[in-house]
Amino acid sequence: MSARRGTVGGHTFEFPTLVELLARATPLRSGDVLAGCAAESAAERVAAQEVLADLPLATFLDEQVVGYDEDDVTRLVLDTHDAAAFAPVASLTVGEFRDRLLAWAAAGDEASISALAPGLTPEMVAATSKLMRNADLVAVGRRTRVVTGLRSTIGLPGTLASRLQPNHPTDDPLGVTASIVDGLLQGSGDAVIGINPATDSPARTVALLELVDAVIERYGIPTQSCVLAHVTTTLRALEQGAPVDLVFQSVAGTQEANRGFGVTLDLLAEARAGALALGRGTVGDNVTYFETGQGSALSAGAHLGVGGRPVDQQTLEARAYGVARHYAPLLVNTVVGFIGPEYLYDGKQVLRAGLEDHFCGKLLGLPMGVDVCYTNHAEVDGDDTDSLMLLLGAAGCSFLIAVPGSDDVMLHYQSLSFTDVLTARQVLGLRPAPEFEAWLARMDLLDDAGRVRELAPDAPAARALLAAASA
Amino acid sequence: MSEALDRPLPPGNDPWTVLRAATRARVALGRAGDALPTARELEFRAAHAAARDAVHQPLDPDAVRAALPGRELLEVHSAAPDRATYLQRPDLGRQLAEGTALPRTDADLAVVVADGLSPRAVHEHAAGLVTALLERLPGWHVAPLVLAHQARVALGDAVGQALGARAVVVLIGERPGLSSADSLGVYLTWDPRPGRVDSERNCVSNVRPPHGLSYAQAADTVAALLGAARELGASGVALKDEGPALTAG
Repeated sequence: MSARRGTVGGHTFEFPTLVELLARATPLRSGDVLAGCAAESAAERVAAQEVLADLPLATFLDEQVVGYDEDDVTRLVLDTHDAAAFAPVASLTVGEFRDRLLAWAAAGDEASISALAPGLTPEMVAATSKLMRNADLVAVGRRTRVVTGLRSTIGLPGTLASRLQPNHPTDDPLGVTASIVDGLLQGSGDAVIGINPATDSPARTVALLELVDAVIERYGIPTQSCVLAHVTTTLRALEQGAPVDLVFQSVAGTQEANRGFGVTLDLLAEARAGALALGRGTVGDNVTYFETGQGSALSAGAHLGVGGRPVDQQTLEARAYGVARHYAPLLVNTVVGFIGPEYLYDGKQVLRAGLEDHFCGKLLGLPMGVDVCYTNHAEVDGDDTDSLMLLLGAAGCSFLIAVPGSDDVMLHYQSLSFTDVLTARQVLGLRPAPEFEAWLARMDLLDDAGRVRELAPDAPAARALLAAASA
Repeated sequence: MSEALDRPLPPGNDPWTVLRAATRARVALGRAGDALPTARELEFRAAHAAARDAVHQPLDPDAVRAALPGRELLEVHSAAPDRATYLQRPDLGRQLAEGTALPRTDADLAVVVADGLSPRAVHEHAAGLVTALLERLPGWHVAPLVLAHQARVALGDAVGQALGARAVVVLIGERPGLSSADSLGVYLTWDPRPGRVDSERNCVSNVRPPHGLSYAQAADTVAALLGAARELGASGVALKDEGPALTAG
């Protein structure tokens, strides 16, 4: 293949392979600078975007970013590519594809956009996102429909679900329960009640699964539980007959990075089959849950593509979705500010990445949620997370993660609070998952307008949950 | 749990009392509409502000020197020229600034005090921990202390090598949390040289009296680790498996 060239402002820039082209076309972020693949000037970035815009989408089927022979993610993506689904856009360039998506979005043609997923590859979607502004990402994301279900339905129009994340530094049962009750009373938990365990052991995982299962059973809550242990730990829990609703795993966009996580594609398939066999669903049979995040491959030193060239972190992130979609997930979320300022430096970079991840995941057919979060050494604060949250709500994001008072006392970072999710729903006119909303009504937790009540601690509805939990 | 779920709540109690006591999570904050009440919102901002200030406060060499009277103190800078670069380029924080000169000492041990992500932790705890540690190493030839600006843990490898030390201990400010802005971590590396990886180090974290480890507790553990590393001629994963007495706190 010969190098591609683009000219901006009288300067000509050369991009030897697709790897450089995609990287240089990526909006600025610290992780790409760290990896040494970012554009060296604003002009070079736009030149790369111009070249990318004229590139036929089908190029990505012939020319790889990470080699087919070396990488099982590339093989999975290309071997399962659906040519029929790709046909409607097969003749377009990346730039024309962007235009087509925006036209369909403006016309409200969800069917045309949503049907493309099996025909798109992560690299196609990542490339397209690099030509989009934030509002483009919102406009198309909002018209990309992905609906999944287990005991609640995720992704219906006009809904915004939430993961209730009741983490505790020692997995103390009462401490975890306190956060669960706090979240339920504020209308959170319709996507999942999902705990990051402090210790990744089968015994601990089983104990936490039984705790959440008891809460769900006792109150008949139409949601699912998850303990976000390593997939091998969940396999052990399954062997012990634990009530496993969802198999969780962190995944990344290269075989090498997944090896760093201790997972293989076969292992994920085995665990999914185990959970599926339990038949715990009522409205659907999506039994997997994945987390991802830009920078995870770089932080594992597993970010190199063809010829040992560093691949940009956003393209690698989209490739992680190429892994996740193979396992029919109920939920997928990017953890967008967690990894630190060396990958996403400030509020602008985090906001952009969150919208890109949502767009790319949705377009590839995933029920995409976001952990809108930050660490204390990043240039990000609550104003930035408010902005991203509201934009994601407008973009039709499937679910957001919420913790008590924005403060995760186990993982030591800040995510959204339960009240933040209420704000997003109220401002944007969104509602919880329908099964969960009906449950909130049954528990007398909604007022006549359908809003989650502001309850005194001794209100009957609050007492019912609290009494059980604190005894 | 299922039994607990069926038990009625004793009348007259605030139902949150028991639950609040079980977690430091910010539960039952109340609401102002669909947002947090002003007081709760400001509490959160205060905690975040303390963490932010801990990250961005400059390291004050004079304060560290004053707290360690009579100790020779050398100063070095990493290749990260400022805080913004430091935060985005961990690779630069692991290299010494160009032209850095350190004396060859052939010491048994180099001790590096590094700002890391919390200079505040260094100001509050480094002198106390250094003093406690050196008291526990009577037979050791210790190189002059090194104070490192814009430093990551692995900068200690370059410093230790330049000083010709057999081992390096890096005391470094840890990433501040909302409730712990002043936590100091200690990393021990035998035979330091650039290219060492994390699995070749031993770590004692959360040195932060009175809430975390005391200086004496941390110094006991580090001194024991140093003794064992000298026996073994190595640090890291192999060392940790030696016995319960060496478990990092």
